[in-house]
Amino acid sequence: MTPKTKANEAHESAKPAQVFDRFEIRLSGSGGQGLVLAGVIIAEAVSTLDGKNVVQTQSYGPEARGGASRTDLVISEGEIYYPKPMAIDLLLAMTQESCDLYHGGLKDTGVLIYDSHLVTQVPFARSIGIPFSQLARHEIGLPMVANVISLGAICAITKIVSEAALTKIVTKRSPRGTEEKNMQALQLGLKVGKEALEGSKL
Amino acid sequence: MLQKSDVIHQYLRPKKAFPNVWCPGCGIGIVMGSLVRAIDKLQIARDDITLVSGIGCSSRLPVYLDFNTLHTTHGRALAFATGVKLAKPKMKVIVITGDGDCLAIGGNHFIHAARRNIDITTILINNMIYGMTGGQFSPTTPSESFATTSPYGNKENQFDIPKLAIAAGASYVARGTVYHVTQLDELITEAITKRGFSVVEAFSNCHTYYGRLNRAGDAVKMIDDMKKNVIPLKAAAKMPPEKLEGKMLTGVFADVEKDEYCDRYDQLIESLKGK
Amino acid sequence: MADVRLLQGNEAVVEGAMLGGLTFFAGYPITPSTEVAEGLARKLPKVGGKFIQMEDEIASMAAIIGAACTGAKTMTATSGPGFSLMQENIGYAYIAEVPCVIVNVQRGGPSTGLPTKVAQADTMQARWGTHGDYVAIALAPQSVEETIMLTIRAMNLSEEYRTPVILLMDEVLGHMREKVVMPEPGTFKVVNRTKPTVPANWYKHFEITPSFKSPMASFGDGYRFHVTGLTHNEEGFPTSESKKIHDKLFKLQNKIMRYVDDICEIETDGMEDAHVAVVAYGNVARAAKQAIQMARHRRMKVGQVRPITIWPTHDKKYHEIFSSKSLEVIIVAELNQGQYVTEIERVAPKHVKVVSLARFDSELITPDQILNKIKEVR
Repeated sequence: MTPKTKANEAHESAKPAQVFDRFEIRLSGSGGQGLVLAGVIIAEAVSTLDGKNVVQTQSYGPEARGGASRTDLVISEGEIYYPKPMAIDLLLAMTQESCDLYHGGLKDTGVLIYDSHLVTQVPFARSIGIPFSQLARHEIGLPMVANVISLGAICAITKIVSEAALTKIVTKRSPRGTEEKNMQALQLGLKVGKEALEGSKL
Repeated sequence: MLQKSDVIHQYLRPKKAFPNVWCPGCGIGIVMGSLVRAIDKLQIARDDITLVSGIGCSSRLPVYLDFNTLHTTHGRALAFATGVKLAKPKMKVIVITGDGDCLAIGGNHFIHAARRNIDITTILINNMIYGMTGGQFSPTTPSESFATTSPYGNKENQFDIPKLAIAAGASYVARGTVYHVTQLDELITEAITKRGFSVVEAFSNCHTYYGRLNRAGDAVKMIDDMKKNVIPLKAAAKMPPEKLEGKMLTGVFADVEKDEYCDRYDQLIESLKGK
Repeated sequence: MADVRLLQGNEAVVEGAMLGGLTFFAGYPITPSTEVAEGLARKLPKVGGKFIQMEDEIASMAAIIGAACTGAKTMTATSGPGFSLMQENIGYAYIAEVPCVIVNVQRGGPSTGLPTKVAQADTMQARWGTHGDYVAIALAPQSVEETIMLTIRAMNLSEEYRTPVILLMDEVLGHMREKVVMPEPGTFKVVNRTKPTVPANWYKHFEITPSFKSPMASFGDGYRFHVTGLTHNEEGFPTSESKKIHDKLFKLQNKIMRYVDDICEIETDGMEDAHVAVVAYGNVARAAKQAIQMARHRRMKVGQVRPITIWPTHDKKYHEIFSSKSLEVIIVAELNQGQYVTEIERVAPKHVKVVSLARFDSELITPDQILNKIKEVR
């Protein structure tokens, strides 16, 4: 586990039994949508730049190649004990299948963000729909950046990761020649996320 | 002969208690003599030689000799030797193995060591049977020959060691016998000198099991038969095929130049410097 | 400034290995350990080290022993099926007293089992995997950062005690990414093996000294010793004398068991007045810690015991840990059908009940499961 920094210690002693100081994210969809990478980007941004603790896990094996794919993040100011989600704060569902499969893990106060083009039946009230795949295709002209748009939206809606950190890591992790498109996608995500949040009842 | 014997004595381990484990008349001792004479001829420092062996009669050879010696698990000598060689490429690594050890349980390591073309000399003492466990058939036991596990004759086929080694990628492949000692000395000398994976099949006698079970005679008869049954490769090239039937060919089957594995790895290290 | 990184558990093995001075790695691809090989294939040649992908795990284990005999600091990494294949040669390393580290990123078994799923079902195999009498050292990290430090420690212990050391990871730990603060060079110990100082004709490669520790020469150092898997005398020559056989096996046992104070790390928390103790190792210890926090929030007196060195067992230390009069029940939580629980039963006081919380469906034990067990037993 990550070592205790002074800030962490103070944090812990102020809230001795604060075992639920965890923000849990599940990014889900189908293999090839770049969700594991999106998870790694958030994890790297919050840990190496925002100074929080993080654990990122993912499904491996046949289920990770095509079919349903998911990655989980636990983010905390304090020490993270159990490394997997216990009650999900944020679920990103990029397909109907993944939405159906994972919405049950959301806590009552959690939020579902879904691709409104691909998810037509929305099983959870506290939800925000954004047509990530359509935006990627038509606004950016690159279908594969839907995941980066979703990162921007997550940042705008939850503030769990700072915009500065996210921008830095997206740039760092962009394959050479795609930096500009990815930046556009991130900016678009931040914008549509902010608008969607303002328009929602959350 | 006296002079040759003296050379061997110089290389025997002073602390190791004799007698050795081999049956009287066993050809493995002759191979040990050839190995020592080859090393002595090449004047390689003892500290720069590591002998590695597996399990079986032949694999007991290193313990008697005053080098760095590693007596390993059954079949795995070449895998251990690969570790020794890659970790210390200046070391001359010589593997002493038998037909069961190298070709049955260790067959996979044999072909992969050859494929890598790592600079290891393999002396494969082929007596066509498992001696230490009491006479079971091996991958080189001739078809229809008798062994304790082939009481009705062996229903399997033999490996052709030179063909196997060449196909797998060895740089130097030769066969000699324990009768043709002068030639065996030369073949082992060449194999040690060769940069790359080298194999010398040293055909030997197991009169105790193979000889007894197949009525092939005692040690003297079996070694004497080698003289009659062997044709040098050069002579064979000029002979009609029907005259070669049932004969064993000896000599150098392959001697090619190709890049050696440890050299290539060292070049990689060199190319990465400062990166 | 601190070097903060996001690393996978398997990448942490690579980092730890490089910091600990690894010079030779041999391995064979197997899920979920492959990232260790991939990382070292990239890093070792850059510092003049050697990486080789062997034809199988048997050969990998053999190659690292061969390399270690020349003085290299060596490692291999694998998972269940490969660990099974390595066992004969791991036994060779025990009897031939060859330092080396075997990383086992555990997956579900038996046989091919569950290549991409988590388990801790090789706990007993780590102790008793190869035939014959010997004492195993196995370490079980719980986090990515601890994996770095325990990789270094595994190498140190293997060099110090001339023995193979097993680093017992699991699929979740191997693959998960976590924030780590990289250890600064100089803030941790790196042990290099003790070399002989005596002249060659005095040197015994397997000397039995009063401390049971014996210096180790390398091939090429001028000592020209014999190494064999046959039971041998101090010089390394095969022996069938019963006294020498006894002395050799007694050494293998005592060269480790005499130093359990140094070798065995067990972390405890709140055991002084605990009514219930939860014993968990590796990744599962984190679920235990979470559950214990939740239980304490409900004013239950629950203590935690985390074996970091899972083998050998430090009996005396466990007797002390479990000596509190208030202790009534010990729960042993593990991802198998109940392996380490038998060891805890052996060292627990007679009046304390030991119960097993065993999960073997390829999922992690959750904090809720442990909390429920705590409620059930108290």
